[in-house]
Amino acid sequence: MEWDAIRLSLSLAGWTLAILLPAGIVLARWLATARFAGRHWVEGLLALPLVLPPTVLGYYLLVAMGGTSSLGRWFQAATGTTLAFSFTGLVLASLLFNLPFAVQPIQRAIEAIDPDVREAALCCGMTSWQTLVRIELPLAWPGVLSAAVLTFAHTLGEFGVVLMVGGNIPGETRTVALAIYDRAQSFDAGAAGRMSLLLLVVSFATIAVSYGLGNRVPGTRRRR
Amino acid sequence: MRPRPMRRSVAALACLLLAWTGPGSGAARAQERPALIAAAADLKFALAEIAGAFSRNTGKAVRITYGSSGDLARQIAQGAPFEMLLSADERYVADLHRAGLTRGEGKLYATGRLAMFAPHGSPLPLDAELRGFQSAVAEGRVTRFAIANPQHAPYGKAAREVLERLGVWQRLQPALVLGENASQAMQFAASGSCQGGIVPLSLASAPDIAALGTFARIPAAWHSPLRQRMVLTARAGPAAEAFYDYVQHNAGAGQTLARFGYALPEGK
Repeated sequence: MEWDAIRLSLSLAGWTLAILLPAGIVLARWLATARFAGRHWVEGLLALPLVLPPTVLGYYLLVAMGGTSSLGRWFQAATGTTLAFSFTGLVLASLLFNLPFAVQPIQRAIEAIDPDVREAALCCGMTSWQTLVRIELPLAWPGVLSAAVLTFAHTLGEFGVVLMVGGNIPGETRTVALAIYDRAQSFDAGAAGRMSLLLLVVSFATIAVSYGLGNRVPGTRRRR
Repeated sequence: MRPRPMRRSVAALACLLLAWTGPGSGAARAQERPALIAAAADLKFALAEIAGAFSRNTGKAVRITYGSSGDLARQIAQGAPFEMLLSADERYVADLHRAGLTRGEGKLYATGRLAMFAPHGSPLPLDAELRGFQSAVAEGRVTRFAIANPQHAPYGKAAREVLERLGVWQRLQPALVLGENASQAMQFAASGSCQGGIVPLSLASAPDIAALGTFARIPAAWHSPLRQRMVLTARAGPAAEAFYDYVQHNAGAGQTLARFGYALPEGK
């Protein structure tokens, strides 16, 4: 077991969740309630990481974070290290490739709330924010939790993007998924097997929990 | 409001996670930081041994990332924080030097050798001249054969030269399995799903792998020499400097390299 890699993966998943979940809630709420022309383009853009080959995403991220891009240069001037091959760069990449996993479950859950409930809240004088925090989120909570669980599990498992953007640096960007690849290449079947089993168990447990939540959604079904 | 406790526990869990994982890496960095080393994949076993002895002798730690020399050099050119590169092909070091990313031109530390590896149960005959291999390819008996990617792995490039010299490069095309780097080629060759492969002698002769099959040394004259050069990058710290010195001058390090089949530069 490479505890360094496990800790790094958990750290990456934690930071991704902490940043992406609030942003995902806002985005999902907007998509669930707003009606505007070209909405399917926005939804398509958010869902893109689901179908895009990780190497494509990795390539563009590498270009966007490299020393020749303005983002890369700005980061280097500010911190003295490059954005590519750094933990910060990995978090940034992770935010992008997790977008659909964070937004979609929340969006579905908010969409499932009876519009009458929202209108009643607005009629009672609640602001849009109050409605979100006090009415919609409590109702859509299983969706939020399942978004969190999926994002977490997906971050632990992502390989292609992490390898291209992070470069497999121990203690900085070598996540569990990369450590498994590395151990397998080093004929260390024992360590590769143990870490694989760990990811298998964690992934299975998280998916099962998220399905369990999906089946037990109190008060969010349309009654009409 | 039934789900509330759940929400609180998730938030608590997230906080715990960040507290545990967040500042830890920073704290570890504040102590004497282990040197970040990039090394060609053919060094996997030899360098692990050298690094272990280095740490025991000096109390300094190194962290090594293995990959194909081309890949690692590209990452350094793109700003990866490696402090030292042990390349399998000195041209990558020269390129980095020209780009102003290294301290000096580096030092030759070893010359690599190739081996033909056949896993147990493989029908590939291994003789010194590889005639058995030649006829096996000619008769179409080789259906899966592993080498490292010649595009960016020096050992793959050398393997290609050997196959061309034997006159089987074209014939072998449909059977070739390309490893990302020399160590993945070794993994493919030893996995049992390939009849064999041309791999670094340093990997084929490592005890863990030698147990999986048999190998034959390929004459050094059959390919352009694998002159392996190492260099400190512009961001090298004291631990990396010490390791650079150790690989170059420590007698034990030289003996380890020699035991794994490397030829040492003259004067060692």
